[in-house]
Amino acid sequence: MLFYLIKRLALGVVIVMLAVTLLFCMIHLVPGDPARILLGPRATPELIAGMSARMGLDQPLPIQILLFFGNLFRGDLGMDVITNRPVADMVFGQLPYTLWLIFTAIGFAMVIGIPLGCYSALHRNTLIDRVTGVLSVACITVPAFVVALYSLLIFAVTLNWFPAVGAGEQGNFWDQVRHIVLPALAIGLSWIGYLARLVRASMLEVMGENHIRTARAYGLPERVVVFRYALKLAVLPTVTVIGVGMGFLLSAALFTEIVFARPGIGKLIFDSITTRNYPVVMGSVLVSTVLFVISTTLSDLVNAWLDPRIRSSL
Amino acid sequence: MIDILRRITREPLGMIGLVLVVLIVISALLAGVIAPYDPIELRIVDRLQGPSAAHLLGTDQLGRDLFSRVLYGGQVALKVALISIGAALGVGVLFGMIAGFGPRWLDNIIMLFFDTIRSFPTVMFALATVALVGPSLETVIAVIVVTTIPNYGRVVRTQTLSIRSNEFIKAERAMGASMVRILGVHVLPNVIGPLMILASMDIPTVIALEAGLSFLGMGVKPPTPSWGSILNDGYTLIRNTPWPIIAGSIPLVLITLGFTFLGESLRDLIDPKLRKNI
Repeated sequence: MLFYLIKRLALGVVIVMLAVTLLFCMIHLVPGDPARILLGPRATPELIAGMSARMGLDQPLPIQILLFFGNLFRGDLGMDVITNRPVADMVFGQLPYTLWLIFTAIGFAMVIGIPLGCYSALHRNTLIDRVTGVLSVACITVPAFVVALYSLLIFAVTLNWFPAVGAGEQGNFWDQVRHIVLPALAIGLSWIGYLARLVRASMLEVMGENHIRTARAYGLPERVVVFRYALKLAVLPTVTVIGVGMGFLLSAALFTEIVFARPGIGKLIFDSITTRNYPVVMGSVLVSTVLFVISTTLSDLVNAWLDPRIRSSL
Repeated sequence: MIDILRRITREPLGMIGLVLVVLIVISALLAGVIAPYDPIELRIVDRLQGPSAAHLLGTDQLGRDLFSRVLYGGQVALKVALISIGAALGVGVLFGMIAGFGPRWLDNIIMLFFDTIRSFPTVMFALATVALVGPSLETVIAVIVVTTIPNYGRVVRTQTLSIRSNEFIKAERAMGASMVRILGVHVLPNVIGPLMILASMDIPTVIALEAGLSFLGMGVKPPTPSWGSILNDGYTLIRNTPWPIIAGSIPLVLITLGFTFLGESLRDLIDPKLRKNI
């Protein structure tokens, strides 16, 4: 288990380092000087040279990458060239908003999706099961930003039930809750469908297994069989799916943060891209990649911890 | 092929999917004939109108007919989906086969690259690339190709690995067959089925991604119509009129639903084993 953990972590570090190197190479390969693009067509050569130096672009590529990693180990993600603030402060200032949004959305999807999938599996091939099946697919396919636009149009602009922009007043919990309902719905809707389908499929598989038949043969109440023996196993795959789905969640969060003008890492990336602020782009893409790698690793480990069969095979 | 088509039409969801896809593909292909107006022609006098006989889905802030823009937007969506998935399939098959049939070290390197690409959230990767290269349809296509290659590459690799140890491949090798022949004649036909199903199920994702990037202003350049850019107009005008959002989202939702229903029916018909993995 320990060996597996070390191997996974090492792989995660290698992947993150490769990803950063790839980004650096892309910046380097692309025609046009980033400093020149940032400053606009009327910048003087001195200004461009100064900006290049501030962005660290005047060094050869390998040195740039080494410097970046060197700074990274000291927790320094570089400086924002426009506001002159440390990138790490900006990214970690925005990260809690995104995490809070993602976890609310997933929580919301689990509360609705898992019971729905369980119900569908227990009432297989009934009308409700079929309707749930079709609705689940529909939920999965509709892009998050379209759901975000519609929820904004219907619940914020037309009905005025929820606020349209921002994340709510600092320290005012209820205001923040009111602000998160629509964005969480926009991200969570496709996950309701996804989890419902997944739980239905794995529930059907589990219900056909020997230990369930044995539990029934012992005369245990159906409630105990379903909840204690079947559902406990059937929700296992959702852990992996949520972990691996972190990338989708971050992408959906980006769109949602833009539509609802919410602070967050997605909005930070988008804003820094529109202003061509490369250090901030690098920093925030790096942090979201790390987040993604951590969550996939964690989901593997949690899965191994929950499922003795996987644990013993490690 | 005809048999598969007949079986799909027997299933209600497959039938719905097929009808939706055919309807939208035809209307996009025939946009030049069906569209009542030029999609980029400005008529400021007619701006922000609701649906009427003259403008079926209303007009936008520049008086452009939304119905015509939606029809032409379909061409962009289908073009991006076909080109990028086609290219990703080609490259994915090549790399997957090399990884599966080549030496172990090469396999490890290719898999590490696949894992690295997959570790970027797609939209973030797309945005970073667009920031560097500038927004254009070609950039969007390139990003989609790069991010979807691992999906196909992994499937091909797994299949290749499982086939290469078979007796008949060993026999073929013993007879002196070249690697190209083994891969082309024996491995490729075995992986093409699952790949086609995967590709058909990737189409809605790719269309949604293109729309998403165009919505962020990172895809097609204005005034070219795209469903995403129509939705972006709708977002800016959300307090004035709901019609651009409705117009842009209807075809997007219908085509993603259509391809998903169709892809799922295809999968259940051709290869029910795949169901577990998705």
